[in-house]
Amino acid sequence: MNSRSIKNSQPRSAVELEHADKSFLVGLAGQPNVGKSTIFNLLTGLSQHVGNWPGKTVARKEGLYIRSGVSMRIVDLPGAYSLTANSDEERISRDFILQNHPDVIVMVADASALERNLYLLAELLMLPVPVVLGLNMMDVAETQGIHVEAHVLEAALGLPVIPLVAIRNQGVAELIEVAERLARDPVGFQPVRPEIGAPHRDVLTRVRALLDGHIPAPYPSDWVALKLLEGDAEITERARRSLPHTIWRRIETLLGEHEDAILDVAGGRYEWIDRMVHAAVRHPRLGQISLTDRLDRFAVHPFWGLLILLGVFGLLFWLTFALAAPVQEWLDVAVIGRLQMRLADALVLAGAPSHVVNLLVDGVLGGVGIVLTFLPILTIFFTVLAFFEDSGYLTRAAYMMDRFMHLVGLHGKSFLPLFLGFGCNVPAVMGARVIESRAGRLLTILLAPLVPCSARLVVLAFLAPVFFGKVALPVSLGFVALNILVLVVVGVILNHTLFRGRHTAFIMELPLYHLPDARTIGLFVWHNIRAFLRKAGSIILLMSVLIWTLSHFPGDGIEQSYLARFGRSLTPLGHLMGMDWRLLVALLSSFIAKENAIATLGILYGTNSESEGLAETLATQISAATALFFLAVIMLFVPCVATVAVMYQETGSWRWILFSVILLLTIALSAGVLVYQGAYWLGIGILLDA
Amino acid sequence: MSEQQSLQLDRTTTGTRAVVDRLLGSRNFASRLAAMGLSVGAEIEVLQNRGKGPILILVRDTRIALGRREAMRILVEQVHSEQPKHKE
Repeated sequence: MNSRSIKNSQPRSAVELEHADKSFLVGLAGQPNVGKSTIFNLLTGLSQHVGNWPGKTVARKEGLYIRSGVSMRIVDLPGAYSLTANSDEERISRDFILQNHPDVIVMVADASALERNLYLLAELLMLPVPVVLGLNMMDVAETQGIHVEAHVLEAALGLPVIPLVAIRNQGVAELIEVAERLARDPVGFQPVRPEIGAPHRDVLTRVRALLDGHIPAPYPSDWVALKLLEGDAEITERARRSLPHTIWRRIETLLGEHEDAILDVAGGRYEWIDRMVHAAVRHPRLGQISLTDRLDRFAVHPFWGLLILLGVFGLLFWLTFALAAPVQEWLDVAVIGRLQMRLADALVLAGAPSHVVNLLVDGVLGGVGIVLTFLPILTIFFTVLAFFEDSGYLTRAAYMMDRFMHLVGLHGKSFLPLFLGFGCNVPAVMGARVIESRAGRLLTILLAPLVPCSARLVVLAFLAPVFFGKVALPVSLGFVALNILVLVVVGVILNHTLFRGRHTAFIMELPLYHLPDARTIGLFVWHNIRAFLRKAGSIILLMSVLIWTLSHFPGDGIEQSYLARFGRSLTPLGHLMGMDWRLLVALLSSFIAKENAIATLGILYGTNSESEGLAETLATQISAATALFFLAVIMLFVPCVATVAVMYQETGSWRWILFSVILLLTIALSAGVLVYQGAYWLGIGILLDA
Repeated sequence: MSEQQSLQLDRTTTGTRAVVDRLLGSRNFASRLAAMGLSVGAEIEVLQNRGKGPILILVRDTRIALGRREAMRILVEQVHSEQPKHKE
């Protein structure tokens, strides 16, 4: 339909790259929800390379676009509303421009909310780099009754403006062509730049004069002066440290007298924006009701909204159990099981000693199996997540839940990651990325393991009927409630102690609804799964081999193993809670995967994990009070190794992991003792023991 | 409009049209709001305020959710629409 659409023949060969006679570095910038990733995917396809920005948890995506001998290295800058150091995303974008010196910035704007989008352009134009503006979602703007004349805007701004409908691949080829031209010949780039509001123009000049000659290389002094007036924390701190003391004192005094300068900085930008869009945008306020308005009538309605939320998450779990569970079992039995058999046969034939065979077959391949079994759940979770994220619904869910999340010192955005925890704590921890502030992200990650994941629910569902017969269901629900109660209590306590005063403002855009893009979803799932396999996968594998080794050496079965010895050494502790060493070992083994607890009990209590046999054995050997304790501890116990691994991946700090493990251990054990002593005191244990 | 008393955003009702008058709180707060379109002088419409929980507003064609604590720090002046209401 469009002869100039981007044809994707990626990945490009290295040969082709070598023949490129010119190479440019391009930064792709834009506010969130402007369809930037669609454009990035169109341009770079499978040549994408995903990593992290140095020292940040924000993903860094880079890809190659090659056209008629010119190669463009395109870096997808994280979506940012501005370039003030309010979030990692914003800091990354500006650091990239100042330090990596891209040849050109391609900024993508949402034509249906142009005024707000141009705020980022106002900031970009203060930096020493030529900019091309892509006006995306022209079709959406039209349906909203907004007409944008790109060439009029181009004339006003003094920089190239290209209209786009990225999801239909319209205009993207022109955009990159114009970007290339500008990168080749940036000399004539003289756009109309915004100015600070009149009342503070003089102050800006004075600050700039004071800075003169003291600003190190990549920073333009105009820009630094502006950022100081805006109260930018990072620039202020740098200036304080690097400027001569006397000069800093004078600047500091000046800034102190003009605390309100930010209003004129922002005001000046919007004044400039008004001038720019004045002739280019026709925006008759017809008061027509858009699709988004119509959908929001239900999505954020106090009653229907909650119902929809429930439905969406019901669907998520149904999909997980209906699709992921069978695949998981198939992987376990048909793939891993068969591989284990083959490998064992081959090794035995080759005459390998039996403990080597066992180590490779059960330890290593078993560990691979554990990693693999996470894949179906993660794939489905990330797919559904990306679908609702891309459609615009997720922000509505966060909006609906904000009130409740305030109870634990978090806000709406933390709801989703925590809720994902019911399926699996791994995506819950990874999902915390959506929270901008480090404090909020950390608190969410610390609370996530307290959400009872499906593996723990499986253990609960198996053991509760064994001990509590007819009251199994209320007891199980009680345990889930206990977890949530503990989560709230821990959240409240952390919020008033460690995280005191670290409240982060809840300011969130609710984007227009739109049809999710399959390519965007696919790439999101792929990148997340790959990140999990790379980092968490290897840690899980190592840990499971380690635990396997501990439970199989020095030989003579698990009863004589190091793990069992360790369990026995804890017997005094166990007595306090009515547990013998076997239960302790089962608890320890649940660290690899929660469902391991059942298998371990099966081995230690001498049945062949035939569920009925095990149930009967357990019922006769363990008192109900002890069972209550055991369940309480397993529900609240240290997260599994996969969760710990992603917690490390996301926080990058073993100190927080240690803190989390100790915290959860303390909670689990004290809750266990409390439940056990309480039950004993109530006579439950005695009754059944007798 | 000039003689109007300014009002905290969390005290407005659903459907209110207003102009942002002042932003209380840190420079950081003001800068975050400005980047999302909420600057002094911007016209807003309150899409939802249920008296509890977050507030939903429309500003510069953007729907923005604000926590109550954040809304409290935004002072607005109510605008009476020029067109008379159809039903009175």
